[in-house]
Amino acid sequence: MFPFMPDQAVSLRGLRKSFGAVQAVAGVDLDVADGEFFAMLGPSGSGKTTVLRMIAGFEAPTAGTVELGGRDVTRLAPFERDVNTVFQDYALFPHMSVLQNVEYGLRVKKVPRGPRRERALDALRSVRLEGFEGRRPAQLSGGQRQRVALARALVNRPRVLLLDEPLGALDLKLREEMQVELKAIQREVGITFLFVTHDQEEALTMSDRVAVFNQGRIEQVGTPAEIYERPATAFVAGFVGTSNLISGEAAVAVLGREGTYSVRPEKLRVVPGDGTPGPDEHSAAGTVREVVYAGPSTRFVVDLDAGGRLIALQQNLQVSSMDVMALRGARVTLAWHRRHEFPVAAPDPDPVAAGG
Amino acid sequence: MNLSRTARIALRAALAAGLAVVYVPLAVVLLNSFNSDRTFGWPPAGLTLRWWGTALESAGLRDALWTSVEAGLGATAVALVLGTMAAFAVQRYRFFGRDTVSLVIVLPIALPGIVTGIALSNTFHAVLGVPLGLLTVIVGHATFCVVTVYNNVLARLRRMGLSLEEASADLGADTFTTFRLVTFPMMRSALLAGGLLAFALSFDEIIVTTFTAGAGVRTLPIWIFENLFRPNQAPVVNVVAAALIVLSVIPIYLAQRLSGDNARVQGG
Repeated sequence: MFPFMPDQAVSLRGLRKSFGAVQAVAGVDLDVADGEFFAMLGPSGSGKTTVLRMIAGFEAPTAGTVELGGRDVTRLAPFERDVNTVFQDYALFPHMSVLQNVEYGLRVKKVPRGPRRERALDALRSVRLEGFEGRRPAQLSGGQRQRVALARALVNRPRVLLLDEPLGALDLKLREEMQVELKAIQREVGITFLFVTHDQEEALTMSDRVAVFNQGRIEQVGTPAEIYERPATAFVAGFVGTSNLISGEAAVAVLGREGTYSVRPEKLRVVPGDGTPGPDEHSAAGTVREVVYAGPSTRFVVDLDAGGRLIALQQNLQVSSMDVMALRGARVTLAWHRRHEFPVAAPDPDPVAAGG
Repeated sequence: MNLSRTARIALRAALAAGLAVVYVPLAVVLLNSFNSDRTFGWPPAGLTLRWWGTALESAGLRDALWTSVEAGLGATAVALVLGTMAAFAVQRYRFFGRDTVSLVIVLPIALPGIVTGIALSNTFHAVLGVPLGLLTVIVGHATFCVVTVYNNVLARLRRMGLSLEEASADLGADTFTTFRLVTFPMMRSALLAGGLLAFALSFDEIIVTTFTAGAGVRTLPIWIFENLFRPNQAPVVNVVAAALIVLSVIPIYLAQRLSGDNARVQGG
């Protein structure tokens, strides 16, 4: 079914993991290409971290195989695999200095002291931490610890770098900085980055491709644009952005078709009163239930006459908060171009597996 | 919290009174070890180093002290090995009866010494036919010394979690290297604290010792107890008590320093 591809950094086939009666990973197939910045996105408990831990070797799969660079490593111990991990809590060794932490991987691989030190200092420089060699992890800020963890992993030049919620413990400002920086570092070193996150924005901003996890399976694999603009399932539509589903009778009334469709909030135009749609547009009349002013934009929650609820996002180009707030309870028409509505697989107990 | 002036003064007085109850008698013991009056007349008629000299020359006392040190070191060594292994088993592995095993390990410290003493004495004597001696004392002490090491190591392992060892394995270290470079250094202070406590417990143990020591074995507490009511030995006993007060400050101070270190490490 899957041809042999030598340029795959990671290949997962039929991967499963059960903890007692709980099936954490329920059959995952995934290929990550060399040099890719790849995100595994999903809510907590969706199995993404367990998949990461099986790639690192901390958990043995119940079934299936893990290949790294075309080599089956399913039964190998973590220290026999050419991957390194940046842990969510960083897991820096508190009894060692920053330099000793970064040197650790080279030290246990018996790299002589001279080159070892040089490479460690290089790695620290690449994460902009020169001058911090002598500090203890306890003396560093969260962002600095994060960089040490990154340097400690990168210094070994692994085939794949695994990152478990790498930015989860940082505050918003720092997180945004590190997003840009991680991306830059990845481009610089050219190593495959495979990271786990529950933050859809983080996944969309940083990655070349995203796999969306739900209930131990992959719902969709694709580029951030594909995932966002063409979600394959209702779950993906809802988890990545606001789902805005039109289904059942509403779909028949508004679109003249059966099925479940999704339109992104920013694609909706809010027209006061009973506006008429332009050519190639669909429209639905409704009542504004709620207006949420958020500075650069405003969110309108609209209950459709045909049934269902849509959220529309409008940039505040001219209007002020006074103007938009007045729309609460008003009659409006939502209009959108037909090409912005797309069918999604209905919420379904057996979601479609990987594909793209 | 803001306290009124009266409340502050009252609380300070209560603290002072509480500490005085503990420390004034200790100070009296220290002072009396230099009291020139054999019957400890108060206030001391004069100061002398005579009792300290007598104590240093007492062969019985020296033997007893040495026996206690041997018993303490032996029991601590056993406790360190068994306590650490038990803590690893209970904290790191899931197996049938894990909670029961944990309870059974901790129980001896709650068990009345007299029960442990009788039970061990019977078993050694009647069932196994092992002659009572230093070895049986060490085994007797180890039953409860294991608990202090076990608890310390268990708490450390729990706080440490698995991620440091996973990180080490992830960076290419095999199991033994990980233990040498990460697990053991992280546990060192817990082992030291547990070991100090175990030694201290063993050193002043008297009940279990009474039942498990044969006729020839006399630890320091037993020697003190035997000499306590001999009028001409009273000043020497007092000197021993004074010396022990000074000595016991050292391990407590070290243990506090160590846990202080841990608090800093854990903060990171």
